Amino acid sequence: MTWADTLLLLPELIAATGASILLIVPVLGGRARGHMAKWAMLALMAVTALAVIGSTYAVAGVQQTPTFRAMFAVDAFSVFFKLLFVVVIALVTLLSEDFLSEERYSTWEYYSLLAFALCGMMFMASGVSLITIYIGLELLALSSYILAGYYKNHEESTEAAMKYFILGTVSSAILLYGISLIYGVCGSMRLSTIAAALSTMLSNDALMFGIMLLAAGLCFKIAAVPFHVWTPDVYVGAPTPISAFLSTGSKAAAFAVFARVFYVAFPAFHLDWSNVLAAIAALSMIVGNLAAITQTNVKRMLAYSSISHAGYSLLGIIAMNEMGLRGILIYTMVYVFANLGIWATILMLRRHAYAGESVEDFRGLHKRAPFAAFSMVVFLLSLGGIPPTAGFIGKYFLFAAAVQAGFGWLAIVAVVMSAVSMFYYLRLVVAMYLEEGSGAETIYSPSLRFVTALSLTVTLVVGFIPELPIRQVIESSSHLVGRVVQR
Amino acid sequence: MDALTASIPLLVFVVVGTIAVASSILVVAMRNPVNSALFLLLTFLCVAVLFVMEGAEFVGAVQVLVYAGGIMVLFLFVVMLINVRALPDDRILSPYWTGGAVVGAAVFVLLVALVRPGVYHEQNDNPLALRSTTVNARHRVVQPDGTTVRKRYTRQQVVGNSEAIGMALYRDYLVPFEVASLFLLVAMVGAILIGKRELGIDDEDVDPQYIVDRVAEEKEMKEAMSA
Repeated sequence: MTWADTLLLLPELIAATGASILLIVPVLGGRARGHMAKWAMLALMAVTALAVIGSTYAVAGVQQTPTFRAMFAVDAFSVFFKLLFVVVIALVTLLSEDFLSEERYSTWEYYSLLAFALCGMMFMASGVSLITIYIGLELLALSSYILAGYYKNHEESTEAAMKYFILGTVSSAILLYGISLIYGVCGSMRLSTIAAALSTMLSNDALMFGIMLLAAGLCFKIAAVPFHVWTPDVYVGAPTPISAFLSTGSKAAAFAVFARVFYVAFPAFHLDWSNVLAAIAALSMIVGNLAAITQTNVKRMLAYSSISHAGYSLLGIIAMNEMGLRGILIYTMVYVFANLGIWATILMLRRHAYAGESVEDFRGLHKRAPFAAFSMVVFLLSLGGIPPTAGFIGKYFLFAAAVQAGFGWLAIVAVVMSAVSMFYYLRLVVAMYLEEGSGAETIYSPSLRFVTALSLTVTLVVGFIPELPIRQVIESSSHLVGRVVQR
Repeated sequence: MDALTASIPLLVFVVVGTIAVASSILVVAMRNPVNSALFLLLTFLCVAVLFVMEGAEFVGAVQVLVYAGGIMVLFLFVVMLINVRALPDDRILSPYWTGGAVVGAAVFVLLVALVRPGVYHEQNDNPLALRSTTVNARHRVVQPDGTTVRKRYTRQQVVGNSEAIGMALYRDYLVPFEVASLFLLVAMVGAILIGKRELGIDDEDVDPQYIVDRVAEEKEMKEAMSA
């Protein structure tokens, strides 16, 4: 370990230090200046983003640099996800601004916990050892539990946090038990060492059980059926910007881990685990989409829709080929931006009690806020996978990967279910454009406008000129795919 | 006689393990929180014995000092401060408990069936390996042309149990160890955020009603404690 190694940790160090500073500020007299917290947080995100970009120069020309005794690595894959995380947290910060100013809860601790969550997510993306990944995941999860219950005088928020905490800790225990079994079989927690040990191994029940437990723990984090029961309640009960964070950032981090662990460590047993994951993916798509149809609460509908999107993304892991890994990266990005845009619109309508939560609130929105209504349509089409939006590109990669890998039936399920999902996405469009009515009043602050505009730009740019993002994604994932091809 | 001596570790393991499992079940089954805490103490002590049997004396000692000593005292303090006197008479049991019990039993059978016959990586037969760490060292090599070159090499060095753990924590697992400290910080922040009384930004110190309430509350607490 040298100073150069420590420099690779710089983004995480900055995030952790910044989070600690945000904690101290209110004690030093910042309590009264709660509105400053947002700017401090955005500055922290900007510095972190610069550090992430800077760390790529430190590893230029090298595929991967495992440091700290192969616990932590900076590579193109981790940089891709870290930049995505920083952007997500910055956008969630913007989403939170008005929401926090309505209530009297402290803003500094709120942003500090978000920064700690970011730190955990970055360790998840950079972890090349199961123990680093696990502890990063726990840091993210603990911050999320607290944030979900941040509005402790609201009964729903407390209930959501309690449910999330209890189910989350059980799933963490399951994940940890899986890791311990894998360690017992392979004698190491390093992903590359595990892969080497498994390549010479015949089938082994204890190992398969370990992999299944690990997958179950991760499926909880991405909210795949049958580990999804917490999702609707938590998304509805948690403060709305935190629901946005849970459905985007937290899921993206879990997918980064899912992809790295399964692509690097377990390709040798692909035949054994892919069928189980295929069943989980199919169930997620079917249950998520069918349950979403019957919802009248928009947040609840988005929760079920996010369950179904976990199913689509799983296709990329099941396929276990170049196309699949690229699909996961690009789909995660596309999904995150479309979702953040939708949450921004919900927050815009959210004033006064429960507005923005029922489909009726969206009635006649195109007259009151034409830009928001138009971008909402684009986001919904993107989630449905309709060209020329970005969602089409993402789904194309995932479905093609599944077909390539011989999971044609799964791709058919996915296409049929995408068609079903258009039904409830279009219900919102109909409410916004065709139904007349008062709906909820709108307060469209500059922050929300910015989040919508940025998400819209990304969704359209990826949809219309996909070459650039696809090239970036290929660069970010080729070193992980290389190993698969070598086998 | 030899057979008896050989089976003593197994016997101790079975007895201590049974006590550990039984007392940990009693922790959640007890009505009175003080009894629960005492059974938790028993669980900690049994686990400490198991650690010592596995050759991890340091972890066993830490288990006794930190968990059985420090954390248990804190638990008991809190339990006695909260002073739960009136316990509800009826047991609160989820109507789904049979389902839970069936799932638990099924998982247990699955574990016995799958985990026991699994093939694991070779055990290290050398007991010293548990107490050794890899050390990076350098030594000078005099080359044929007279110049000296420093060469790096790693060797196994036998050290004490606690030293091996220190080396593992602060070198091999440095990054996860440090992230764990962040984790604890977040846990502490969360506990304070959830536990503290939420007041407005401005009226924390000046609201007279708050101070009146607070005094009354303290008084009540003192009476409850002296009673």
